[in-house]
Amino acid sequence: MSTPTLESLHFKNRLYWLLLAAGGLVATAGMYAVHLMEHHGHIITGMDNQIVWGLPHVFAIFLIVAASGVLNVASIGSVFGKAIYKARAPLASLLSIAMLMGGLTVLMLDLGRPDRIIVAATNYNLTSVFAWNVLLYSGMVGLVVVYLWTMMERRMNPYNKIAGIGVFVWRFVLTTGTGLIFAFLTARQAYGSALLPPMFIVLSFAWGMAVFHLVQTSIYMWNEKEIDPSILARKKHLLGVFVLGSMYMVATYHLTNAYFSQQQGFERFILLDGGIYPGLFWWGYIVLGNIVPLALLYAPGIQRDRWAALASLLIILGGFALLYVFIIGGQAWPLNLFPGYEVSSTFADGQISAYSPSIYEFLLGLGGLSIAFLITTVSVRVLNFMPQDKPYIAD
Amino acid sequence: MSDMDMDRRNFLKTSVGAAAVAIAPGMMLYSVAQGKSEGASSRVRWGMLIDTNQCKPGCNDCVTACNRENGLPGETKATDSQWIRKIEIKDISSGREISLPMMCQHCENPPCVDVCPTNASMKRADGIVLVDKHRCIGCRYCMMACPYKARSFVHEPQHDQNPDVPRGKGTVESCTLCVHRIDVGGKPACSEACPNQAIIFGDLNDENSEIAQKVRSVASVQVRADLRLNPGVRYQGI
Repeated sequence: MSTPTLESLHFKNRLYWLLLAAGGLVATAGMYAVHLMEHHGHIITGMDNQIVWGLPHVFAIFLIVAASGVLNVASIGSVFGKAIYKARAPLASLLSIAMLMGGLTVLMLDLGRPDRIIVAATNYNLTSVFAWNVLLYSGMVGLVVVYLWTMMERRMNPYNKIAGIGVFVWRFVLTTGTGLIFAFLTARQAYGSALLPPMFIVLSFAWGMAVFHLVQTSIYMWNEKEIDPSILARKKHLLGVFVLGSMYMVATYHLTNAYFSQQQGFERFILLDGGIYPGLFWWGYIVLGNIVPLALLYAPGIQRDRWAALASLLIILGGFALLYVFIIGGQAWPLNLFPGYEVSSTFADGQISAYSPSIYEFLLGLGGLSIAFLITTVSVRVLNFMPQDKPYIAD
Repeated sequence: MSDMDMDRRNFLKTSVGAAAVAIAPGMMLYSVAQGKSEGASSRVRWGMLIDTNQCKPGCNDCVTACNRENGLPGETKATDSQWIRKIEIKDISSGREISLPMMCQHCENPPCVDVCPTNASMKRADGIVLVDKHRCIGCRYCMMACPYKARSFVHEPQHDQNPDVPRGKGTVESCTLCVHRIDVGGKPACSEACPNQAIIFGDLNDENSEIAQKVRSVASVQVRADLRLNPGVRYQGI
């Protein structure tokens, strides 16, 4: 480790403010996009009456799913008592809160009437998984704050285990709730499967771990430290296992679908001849989001943390590709109102729907990412989230 | 009686008169807008029976009537609302072609009502499925859940609306079965406009009603009956 000089500290100080300014600029651009969407309506987005959920939902769901998965690091520490994970639990908790905030902001600001958020907070339809999620998401933020408190305030340490178990259970329920948003859609061929909640849970493990690893590498670089090779090796291995697990779930979802003859048209569309969707699925998700990262994680000879960070970045981008295919491709495929009939109408019945996202949706999504970035950057600067490993690791 | 007392009396008289003149039209409008004072009855189940044999391909009269009645512009861009649409279907094996109108099916177990987080999507006691425009937050989950693609999202600010059928940017809307007509004893505009009387409207629970008698005597189907939603709209001739 090099000794920090006055110049290097000055440089870092300037860099910190520069990063804040950049994040603030993106967040402001997102707010401007929201203002325009509020003023003109959703007509300025690429969403319409066929593709009702678009790019903002891809960003929001990625952030929310990853927010749950990143807590894996905390759970392995607090629930299963592994020391190197316990040292990272505060950072994982911070990332979880940051990503939940970013994701929820995007979801909320994409509403047709975001000004009526008080209506959503005061009227609960108990059969609606969206209403459950309002409670699950806000409860998650509260619970993780308590969990952080039990870690960072010494007098609260005795309650850490119980808070950790609470977070562990809550995040499984939360990701189940996110998967159920789609699993409960009985009439759409892409959704309506009980496999979706567990699939989202395993995907959350991989995406959350990838986000954690990327941020951890950045923090180590900032502090001019290198992560202990034995710790890095364990975390890389865990990330690899999660990536393999999530590929297994996605493969099971598509293969069971492909077995049912009424689903084969849809699977053909998503996996073979659906234009952008098969490309994003195979090249974006499978190759760049899984195969290349697995090679980077496991190939002998490339042990540096930078390669693992690159693998993590690719896993995250692959996650966006998969969600784009899942959410938008799933809506592009027409509803089957009259099985056995060719169907046409003025309302796109029987047709594949086209979607091209507008810049405003993209800015809104990026705004959510920048909120997560700003919360993380400021918190890491003002509080101690740097993992503090013990000299000797027993487990 | 002093002059002062007279002045006071006149002043009060004038004030009360002016207040009455100011409030009365508002009260009149309020009572008109309220429609019937009693709520919908669960003894009634409003529904429609659509005879596809009588529905002519290319005829759009029901759609035009709906647009006029509900103040919809009648355009068909992907962002425009279409509460009712004509669907042309062709049997792949036999080549038989059928034309039919598709709108909210007013299900007994509506998925849109199940998924709505704020209870904005609701089913009245008489089976009509509606959106409370004051409660809808525009999340579009109901649009994802509806198997009939019956709902539209209002993508733009609205002008020159029909006072009976308020619409609002950022909320979801769909066929109301012309509830404003039903509540004053009328029937839906599409049913009234069909030149071949292909759309019979009525109370499915009233065994003497035309629709109930017809449902008993002719073969009719519910679209996506496999989903067990028990729609109030039935089709004959498919």
